[in-house]
Amino acid sequence: MGTIYIEREARQADSRQNLLHVLLSLGYDLPYFCWHPALGSVGACRQCAVKQFRDEQDTTGKIIMACMTPAADGVRVSIKDPEAAQFRASVIQGLMQNHPHDCPVCDEGGECHLQDMTVMTGHCARHYTFSKRTFRNQYLGPLINHEMNRCIQCQRCVRYYREYAGGHDLNAFRLRDIVYFGRFEDGVLENEFSGNLVEICPTGVFTDATLKQHYTRKWDLQMAPSVCVHCAAGCNINAGERYGQLRRVINRYNHEVNGYFLCDRGRFGYEFANSGERVRECMVDGEPADLTRATFRLETILGDGNCIGIGSPRASIESNFALRQLVGPDHFYAGVNDGEWALNLAMLEILKNGPARSPSLDQIEHCDAVFVLGEDATNVLPLMALRLRQSVRQQPMEKAKDLNIPLWLDQPVRELVQEEKGPLFIAAPYATKLDDVATKLVHAAPDELARLGFAVAHAIDDNAPPVTDLSTEFGAIADRIAAALQSAKSPLIISGPSCRSAAIVQAAAQVAWALCKKGKPANLSFCFSECNSAGLGLMGPRPLSQAFQAMQGAEADTVIVLENDLYRRAPSDEVTPFFEAARHVVVLDHLRNATTAKAEVTLPAGTFAESDGTLVNHEFRAQRFFQAFVPSGDVRASWRWLGAGLIPNVARAQGNWQTLDEIVAGVAKELPVLAGIEHAAPSKSESGKVAREPNRYSGRTSMLANLSVHEPKPPEDADSALAFSMESEPQPVSPALIPFFWSPGWNSIQSVNKFQSEVGGPLRGGDPGVRLIEPIENAEWKYFSSIPPPFRADPDEWLFIPSFHIFTSEELSRRAPAISQLVPHPLLALNVTDGTRMGMKSGELVKVSIGRSKFELELSLRLDVPRGVAVLPADTPLLNSLTLPVRGKVAPTAAGVQGVVTA
Amino acid sequence: MKERPLTRNFRPDHEAVRLTAYEAADGYQGLRKALTMQPQEVTEMVKRSNLRGRGGAGFPTAMKWSFVPMGTDAPRPKYLVCNADEMEPGTFKDRALMELDPHQLIEGMVISAYAIQAGIGYIFLRGEYHCSAQRLKVALSEAIQQGYLGRNILGSQYSFELRLHVSAGRYICGEETALLNALEGKRAHPRTKPPFPQVSGLWGKPTIVQNVETLCNIPHIVNRGPEWFRGLSRSEDGGTKLYGVSGKVNRPGLWELPLGTTMREILEEHAGGMRDGLQFRGLLPGGASTDFLVEEHLDTPMDYAQVQKAGSRLGTGTMVVLDDKTCPVGMVWNLEHFFAQESCGWCTPCWSGLAWTEKILLAMEQGTAVPQDLETLRFQTKFLAPGSTFCAFAPGAVEPLQSALKYFDGDFRRHIAEQRCPWR
Repeated sequence: MGTIYIEREARQADSRQNLLHVLLSLGYDLPYFCWHPALGSVGACRQCAVKQFRDEQDTTGKIIMACMTPAADGVRVSIKDPEAAQFRASVIQGLMQNHPHDCPVCDEGGECHLQDMTVMTGHCARHYTFSKRTFRNQYLGPLINHEMNRCIQCQRCVRYYREYAGGHDLNAFRLRDIVYFGRFEDGVLENEFSGNLVEICPTGVFTDATLKQHYTRKWDLQMAPSVCVHCAAGCNINAGERYGQLRRVINRYNHEVNGYFLCDRGRFGYEFANSGERVRECMVDGEPADLTRATFRLETILGDGNCIGIGSPRASIESNFALRQLVGPDHFYAGVNDGEWALNLAMLEILKNGPARSPSLDQIEHCDAVFVLGEDATNVLPLMALRLRQSVRQQPMEKAKDLNIPLWLDQPVRELVQEEKGPLFIAAPYATKLDDVATKLVHAAPDELARLGFAVAHAIDDNAPPVTDLSTEFGAIADRIAAALQSAKSPLIISGPSCRSAAIVQAAAQVAWALCKKGKPANLSFCFSECNSAGLGLMGPRPLSQAFQAMQGAEADTVIVLENDLYRRAPSDEVTPFFEAARHVVVLDHLRNATTAKAEVTLPAGTFAESDGTLVNHEFRAQRFFQAFVPSGDVRASWRWLGAGLIPNVARAQGNWQTLDEIVAGVAKELPVLAGIEHAAPSKSESGKVAREPNRYSGRTSMLANLSVHEPKPPEDADSALAFSMESEPQPVSPALIPFFWSPGWNSIQSVNKFQSEVGGPLRGGDPGVRLIEPIENAEWKYFSSIPPPFRADPDEWLFIPSFHIFTSEELSRRAPAISQLVPHPLLALNVTDGTRMGMKSGELVKVSIGRSKFELELSLRLDVPRGVAVLPADTPLLNSLTLPVRGKVAPTAAGVQGVVTA
Repeated sequence: MKERPLTRNFRPDHEAVRLTAYEAADGYQGLRKALTMQPQEVTEMVKRSNLRGRGGAGFPTAMKWSFVPMGTDAPRPKYLVCNADEMEPGTFKDRALMELDPHQLIEGMVISAYAIQAGIGYIFLRGEYHCSAQRLKVALSEAIQQGYLGRNILGSQYSFELRLHVSAGRYICGEETALLNALEGKRAHPRTKPPFPQVSGLWGKPTIVQNVETLCNIPHIVNRGPEWFRGLSRSEDGGTKLYGVSGKVNRPGLWELPLGTTMREILEEHAGGMRDGLQFRGLLPGGASTDFLVEEHLDTPMDYAQVQKAGSRLGTGTMVVLDDKTCPVGMVWNLEHFFAQESCGWCTPCWSGLAWTEKILLAMEQGTAVPQDLETLRFQTKFLAPGSTFCAFAPGAVEPLQSALKYFDGDFRRHIAEQRCPWR
């Protein structure tokens, strides 16, 4: 720390930082464009100009760029200096030469950083009389809209897209005042994090194309703090609604989890909530029914025999809990494929009872040696992949410190580091999108990957069981990985259930534990599958197959399925008989699906934007999501259906929670391992009122005037301090309750600066969420000893394993129209040598037989797929009935050719 | 007999001097001598010679080299890059050196590389210089064959590999850090300094970038000594200078003269004065991005310090002459049109300011300018100041404009008042 002088006033400043960072953190309003806390300084826009003075006597000073100047001890600056202020206004004038007067019709208006900075500098009158340069826009896909006339050439988009997110198909073309940011030709942007462009771009060049379909000004949205439900990352979001329709999702800064960025699935998947396939009213016997009829039937059903409940890894803790209490813990089952569930529990056990720590996504970014074993983060837990891409810079960036190049001086650091990357070893059964930043890749069958993992553990600690018959090649790689992990400051192992292999999960744990044993605290992160897989695991439901047995064995009569399509969880020849054996089937869900089709009673479950609840992410961070709006009709939170006084007998038995805080307290009492969720957000009484609507929200009194001229009272929110109105009590708002970021003069998302204790750092008041699991001091554990034998490719059969896709694999987002346009054509991938020997070619249809399942798929022959392995897109509806991994056959569809491999 | 070390080998038929002829004229003797010295001794010689960079900035060459980390722990490979991207309007001196005596450049590069212990060198050549490219290729091939390049040069244990890179275009590549970006295959916009190229340059390694003419002086300094080199000049800074003149003079051309020769001497004795019927109005002493000097300055010695004192810069030393029958506004428009076109687009004042400036000047020529426009032009010359922009391109670009506004203010006003160009 040092002292700097701002307008001659002494202030404390971190001398490792640049002046812009320091001034913003101290609360000064200094305009900027090209700097971004996650991207560092480049000095391109010249907007952050201030005057620097040599000493107290110097009254002239010189103009410097705050973002490029270290906040060194003794630095003297003035923001208010007239020349500096004039300069800043002149920069805006320069930008306005070509900027179209689009504000009234531009989607960015109202949350536009350019608008804010223009007002901040005071530039007003236009003297430029010549014509503006214009461009033709490109079609960039269904997610992002392109309007290049608005570009101010701040360079943020390409810096983010290419350097931060690792994308290739967006670049800067041409020069001078006609720089064009776009693709080499029209087409869908390929990078999975392209959606962040809408927040990175300070003007309306890149905007949310889905929002455009139902456009609403930011100030007209009713918003709430929420959590993304599309994977286990648990990214914090703000959901915005108007006229009863969910309009958009944007990033809600959480330093520990998502930081400034979301993935495209999370940003654009929300539209499932507006789908025509929504269950919006109760259904009884396949017909719409009113609440009375539905609750009457429910009451009858619940009185008619034994009830079992199938919980969901995508439903909230509260909803799962309400179901669990309703049916009783012994009758509460996990709505997850058995094999996957076993892995889920294994991962939970490892983290709960082992010495390795489950790191946050921010901590992952700062790990300086990473071993990914059997996972494809880009498609399964995308934000982790984005963080990993930054992690490989950690070790190489050490060089910059030796040369006194500050890390925020972005281009020089990248120039110095060149293509060097810190250790990232990826061992997966196929190529992944992170491969381009990996130090070493291993593509092999799951058992081989597990063996590699066990070998690494043994190389670290020879008390860990050795791997017999290990190939020389793998031995050398294992030694290399072990050395890298051991010499790192903060090593990280990543694994998960994607290979459907218990051995892989154990091997990953083994590596982490070996490191811990040798005195090197290791981070261990598992890519749980869904937004509440971890949470459901902590609630101790029984495996799904036991539910099937209970029904077949006539121990159960009624099944209640919570927010889950069982046809995605088990083969249809098990699910259908299960439903048929039940006397009553009750389903609560958002969208119609194969399971709701089997229901006697369907109850409309509120989505994340229509209800409150808690989710536990892969880190085991419990986070609360809040309702953005009151849904129409009978839609309500599942936990309300299952307990809050709807069915009187039931409610009495359960404890009759009426509000969120009550059920949360109930969870904490009943399940101590989840007690932490009480602190995930303030209770309703712990906080003053927080408005969901910005104070420029318009139309409130006229919106319903066609129904009645009498202004209705805003709905009451019994569950939180958030209000369905513009009324707030003056107070600092708890970070867990922030519905939108806004500050006077800062209407855009850059207003986040005002909520952080230091720009780019944690939120003031602490980042939302409560970690539920910490490593146990002196944990008692034993090395796993069950190491699989070498994988032998079978000449007659392939081992089918699943692959995942960011836009295909998640049930809800897949049903958002924009996302569904991006679902790739399903392909069966085989190793090119395997396929060629069979006389097969890429592009042709082949016949797949697995057990009794037979279907045809288009073939793709690839180099990265291991011999003897066949890769199927796991969660496409076509293939939902399969439980992978499993062996099966592949044959050409051409008549007369049988599927025999001559090895 | 005036010594002309740089141009002494030039052939009257304008063919390149081939290796045999170069060697016969004491070519590569400087290299032989340098290889017997310690690298630091070579740098010391260059320091004592008072050689300053000939690319336009005039930075003391040996001081530039002194910032290169030396010794066994220095990052490797180190690079020596020749900035042969001569694109300053009005400048054609490097072209002559490369087309007519390419070995001189090569020898200069090997010696300089040896001094900083660089292992790899590049000649970054302007793409339009086809003739230079062809002749350099031949010369490089000859030099490699004779062992002046490559591994273990002349048995000295020192190795240096020299590659020719032909630029894909754009003036900004002449800015040394933008050049490095272009060489790396990136978009050609400049880098921020610090860190300087000597610390993190090409591919993040220690790099020296030097102009063609600067490098061509090196063999002579080593061969004949720094005292002799200083003696060639009429000023503090050592050596001769290639001076050029273009514009409506009787004999536009290129001459090697002592550094510090006056403008008048060059214009009248060598360029033959203004053509019949034309009067001298002013000139840009060092290429397009320097300030106008006028009649009263003609006795200024053309060296770095004196030209700066007169209110301009020596730059490349190639003068562009303005006569009294040519519209100054039109001339300045021509230059600003070039600069506006060549702005790399990185920093706001440059890409926005130059475009606006160019449009105003064109409006003046077309008779549609308004008084406000003059204010805007003056404003732009202050807005595009050193430190306000990311690099020196824009400040250089407005030098002819700011000086034209000072010396030819009346002409600008006439364009506005008369709503036409009075010269048409």
